[in-house]
Amino acid sequence: MTAPNGQVTVLATTLIDADPVDYLILATYFVFVLGIGLMARRHVSDSVDFFLSGRSLPAWVTGLAFISANLGAVEIMGMSASGAEFGLPTVHYFWVGAIPAMLFLGVVMMPFYYGSKVRSVPEFMLRRFGPGAHLVNSISFALAQLLIAGVNLYLLGTIVHALLGWPLWVALIVAAAVVLSYITLGGLSAAIYNEVLQFFVIVAALLPLTLLGLHRVGGWDGLTDKITAAANDGAGPPAEQQLESWPGQALSGFDSSILSVIGIVFGLGFVLSFGYWTTNFVEVQRAMASDSISSARKTPVIGAFPKMFIPFITIIPGMIAAVLVTEMADLKAGGAPKGGASGDGVAYNDALLYLMRDLLPNGLLGLAITGLLAAFMAGMAANVSAFNTVFSYDLWQDYVVKDRDDDYYLKVGRIATVAATGVAILTASIAGNFSNVMTYLQTLFGFFNAPLFATFILGMFWRRMTPTAGWMGLVAGTASAVLVAFLSEDGFGSLSTGVIPVSGQGAAFIAASTAFVVDIALSIAVSLVTKPKPVKELAGLVYSETPKEQRTDPDEASYPWYRRTVPLAGLALVMVTVLNVIF
Amino acid sequence: MTTDAGHADDTGTGRKRTAGALDVRSIIGFLLTIYGVILLLLGLFASTEPASPDAPSGGGDVNANLWAGLALLVVGGGFLLWWRLRPIVVPQDSDR
Repeated sequence: MTAPNGQVTVLATTLIDADPVDYLILATYFVFVLGIGLMARRHVSDSVDFFLSGRSLPAWVTGLAFISANLGAVEIMGMSASGAEFGLPTVHYFWVGAIPAMLFLGVVMMPFYYGSKVRSVPEFMLRRFGPGAHLVNSISFALAQLLIAGVNLYLLGTIVHALLGWPLWVALIVAAAVVLSYITLGGLSAAIYNEVLQFFVIVAALLPLTLLGLHRVGGWDGLTDKITAAANDGAGPPAEQQLESWPGQALSGFDSSILSVIGIVFGLGFVLSFGYWTTNFVEVQRAMASDSISSARKTPVIGAFPKMFIPFITIIPGMIAAVLVTEMADLKAGGAPKGGASGDGVAYNDALLYLMRDLLPNGLLGLAITGLLAAFMAGMAANVSAFNTVFSYDLWQDYVVKDRDDDYYLKVGRIATVAATGVAILTASIAGNFSNVMTYLQTLFGFFNAPLFATFILGMFWRRMTPTAGWMGLVAGTASAVLVAFLSEDGFGSLSTGVIPVSGQGAAFIAASTAFVVDIALSIAVSLVTKPKPVKELAGLVYSETPKEQRTDPDEASYPWYRRTVPLAGLALVMVTVLNVIF
Repeated sequence: MTTDAGHADDTGTGRKRTAGALDVRSIIGFLLTIYGVILLLLGLFASTEPASPDAPSGGGDVNANLWAGLALLVVGGGFLLWWRLRPIVVPQDSDR
């Protein structure tokens, strides 16, 4: 059996049989993606264009790109896997672990990022705390992006291998080449346009899958009946824990329901998610590309609305797969069915793939494959485009080759993109050692992001905080998270020692919380004995030293309520609270 | 028809330049419409059974391609209409 172009020999055992029409749908998408890169290229004339899209995009575009950059396939596969394994408590990653932090970013923090005219989050560090904190932040961020791009690429490769039968290395190189060509051509504009496009393709792929799946299990009632029946037979956690989001013991890994709620609210909802959403430059970069401070603030707020409904097309398909797909039901009941994307047996990460196999006709199947590949490439493109900005501006321009013209740094950015893609292909091999991709990513975020948020929030609101405290807090916070992960049962996979008896997401919550507390405590202690920056250098960077005009958009007061940041954020908060009460 | 991005109108006499085909709404609109047409045709003329021979029987009682195709046509068409009726005007001061 061969692909339509006759070049690729397909292995006998693909999970899914793709038709020429499925390849046509996939090919159409690639044509659009590369076309965007070519069109955007004509508009890229300086480095602000390339790295920040010339700060010209409307809020709904950057808002969709904002969630799309995070809606990589790692997230889609991870969330449906978690839905299949734990059920409804997985929604906490969205309703507790994302929305509040996104709203906080838009309402409170964005004015400092956009208003101070920095080009990256690490550059904010440089202006507020000087080179120590800046170097720690830029290097750790750049490394994390390379690792995560590698994880994305690895998952992409295994899935293309499983679905279409291409060898892993061919899939890796083809995908990397596509991402590379549209980013080097069009820069951030091309990446953002593709993210917005990808958002619609993913919804078009997952929504029919969810509806078909619900139809087949007999609607929501049929799904709950089947999950209850399976749970009573010993498949997975007790049914009431799978069908109610709170207190979510199975997800957090704590036995006590009170500890579980505290772990989810403080560990996931506060430390991990605020650390991720408010300081991660991959996300913040999307808002920085918007056309005004008002649009920049609205970017994460607008993104919050689609974000709160994404669980319905990622987690619910996972829950459906766990009762509808023979292999998944078998796995959940304690069996070890053969097959799966990796070939080493079925894993929860395969939930979506098996559901696609069982439900979709040719045509929709092609759309679903396209959606998954689009998600992989967009996730990787987001990491690479954030990496090249930080590498060119924050590392190369500040520490290696200073004071050259704009063209020079634009060229550095393009070379960095090529190099990053090469490194991502190498990193893809590291990712194979971790069984659950979500745990792996959470561990990484715990190391880098939890202390970052602590340093940022203290630095933005306490003008006394000193440069020395900035970098020492970051280093100690990250180190303490690493230490906790080593001491837990499986925070670091097989490397962990198990001294602290927590595992799974609970370990990640504790590592992140420890990093946060250590960072705050140490930063305060160090600040009290070291010399702060002169107050006049803190304008635009610290709340009390920034005039109100610099923090707000003078036009915004004249907009109707649905175009203003704070009323929109209030509406989102009410909606997400209602969702939490219902489920 | 609005002009293609980067062309024409740069030297125009006072005419405002629009983002044209580079407007993300047109890209979304065209892609979703193409997908809508493909799925609609499959829904009308091809099998509604799940593609995989391993899939359990009993699927295919809903013509999923047809409904998804119609929905995509509506959404894609909506984006194209929005793009044609409300073109983005590029401000002169950011003109290069």
